[in-house]
Amino acid sequence: MCEVVFPPCPFSLTHGSLTEQAKGDRPSHSASIGRTVPHALLEIRNLSYSLGGRAILRDISLDVREGETVVLLGRSGSGKTTLLKTVNELIAATSGTIRFEGRLAAEWDPIHLRRRMGYVIQDGGLFPHWTVEANVALVPRLAAWPPQRIAHRVEELLTAVGLAPAEFRGRYPRRLSGGEKQRVGIARALAADPPLLLFDEPFAALDPITRLDLQRLFLELRRSVRKTALFVTHDIREAMMLASRIALLKDGALDLLAEPREFRAADTPEARAFLAGLEQNGSAENWSQDEQRPRL
Amino acid sequence: MNSDLASEMLSLSLEHLAMVAIAIAIAGAIALPAGVLLSRRPGPRRWAVGFANIAQTIPSLALFGFLVPLPLIGGIGKRTAIVALCLYALLPILRNTLLGITGVDASVRESAVAMGMTARQILWQVELPLAAPSIVAGLRLATVATIGTATIAAAIGGGGLGVFIFRGISMVDAPTVLAGALPAAAMALLADGGLEWIERKLSPA
Ligand SMILES: Nc1ncnc2c1ncn2[C@@H]1O[C@H](COP(=O)(O)OP(=O)(O)O)[C@@H](O)[C@H]1O
Ligand SMILES: [Mg+2]
Repeated sequence: MCEVVFPPCPFSLTHGSLTEQAKGDRPSHSASIGRTVPHALLEIRNLSYSLGGRAILRDISLDVREGETVVLLGRSGSGKTTLLKTVNELIAATSGTIRFEGRLAAEWDPIHLRRRMGYVIQDGGLFPHWTVEANVALVPRLAAWPPQRIAHRVEELLTAVGLAPAEFRGRYPRRLSGGEKQRVGIARALAADPPLLLFDEPFAALDPITRLDLQRLFLELRRSVRKTALFVTHDIREAMMLASRIALLKDGALDLLAEPREFRAADTPEARAFLAGLEQNGSAENWSQDEQRPRL
Repeated sequence: MNSDLASEMLSLSLEHLAMVAIAIAIAGAIALPAGVLLSRRPGPRRWAVGFANIAQTIPSLALFGFLVPLPLIGGIGKRTAIVALCLYALLPILRNTLLGITGVDASVRESAVAMGMTARQILWQVELPLAAPSIVAGLRLATVATIGTATIAAAIGGGGLGVFIFRGISMVDAPTVLAGALPAAAMALLADGGLEWIERKLSPA
């Protein structure tokens, strides 16, 4: 899947690569290139979800292609979390289909499906009774990797998310700051090299400076490991900074799907409402430009 | 006479201890799995906790009395006493198991599911370890209370340290009452301290 990385990866990993692709224990995604009907990594079609007669998601169709970051932007209550949860089958949609790696979600064993999607939530959701090392090692351990390989992987990942392994490996989550918790959460999500990352407002509870650090880390990691991500936020600046494409949700429906540049010129009332917030808080141009988007 | 007293104290203490241990083991074997199952079902949970609450409110002497005439579980002797002690021990163990499991942070449980853990893995690797301090606290409450309540077993021929206490009461002899009460109190303190230590060890670092 991810081969040549340019510009040069900001963390030169001295041993191994963050993407584990050499280990040969999972199907290669580059195989999809040769397919006659190319599928996006994730295809959401006409997805609806109702709860107690109330429509929470309305007829959403959305593709997430390999290597891109689709940001789900919307107000609180617009259905972002619900949409994310239908993707890894934490919630069963009322109608519509989801296809992941070319296979219908219904054909997947949910456990197996979830292990191929890293998941990071706002407060980290780290296991409080496990050390940082055990937390990061979760999915590799579930997948029964040999202990040597797990230890090596944890070291590699902690380094990649900016936490000195010697200092942090043995710590318990309660002794981590909010930003460190999210770094560990990201390391845990990346651990078994899942093709898709699901992020639900992972930086929303952080102070602005730490948030910026983590957003930059996200961009750096994306350059180095070329991950595909579905990223939920209510923050237009964050969306502009991180997105390959922005999917704007309004009342459970897809209001707009656009690249950040196009989004800036969008004229739906909801998009304008978000853009107004952007102009008020100063320019975010700096963020959207320095990041070359993954080629599609 | 003195060495007779000492050996009787020892044998009654052991009898007492055995009765408590069996009652707690059985109550635990029922209440722990029940707590796990009920933590998933809010409806039946209310009924079960209600039942255990009611069992708890019956005065202990009366409960022993109720059980004696019952077939199978009743009669005079140890078995009836153990059944009664079990009924008392159920509630604290059940309630604390439920508290421990339902108290696991929603975001932790959500992450566990989302990372692809199976229900069984979540139970054994996440829920039970996180609930362990609360479960042990329930066992501690149950054990300490049962050590005290078990002195009533002597009233229905169950033996244990209550034998001294009832004998002392009928003879109006305080030292004989103390020969039963003091070892029971010491046992309760030891159990309390020991289980509290375990509880602390199990709390996340
Ligand atoms: N478990 C639930 N029960 C009832 N309503 C819910 C539940 N979860 C979400 N909702 C409703 O669904 C809508 C979308 O919620 P959510 O997906 O969490 O929004 P967002 O993540 O965009 O803030 C909200 O109106 C919320 O009230
Ligand atoms: Mg949300």
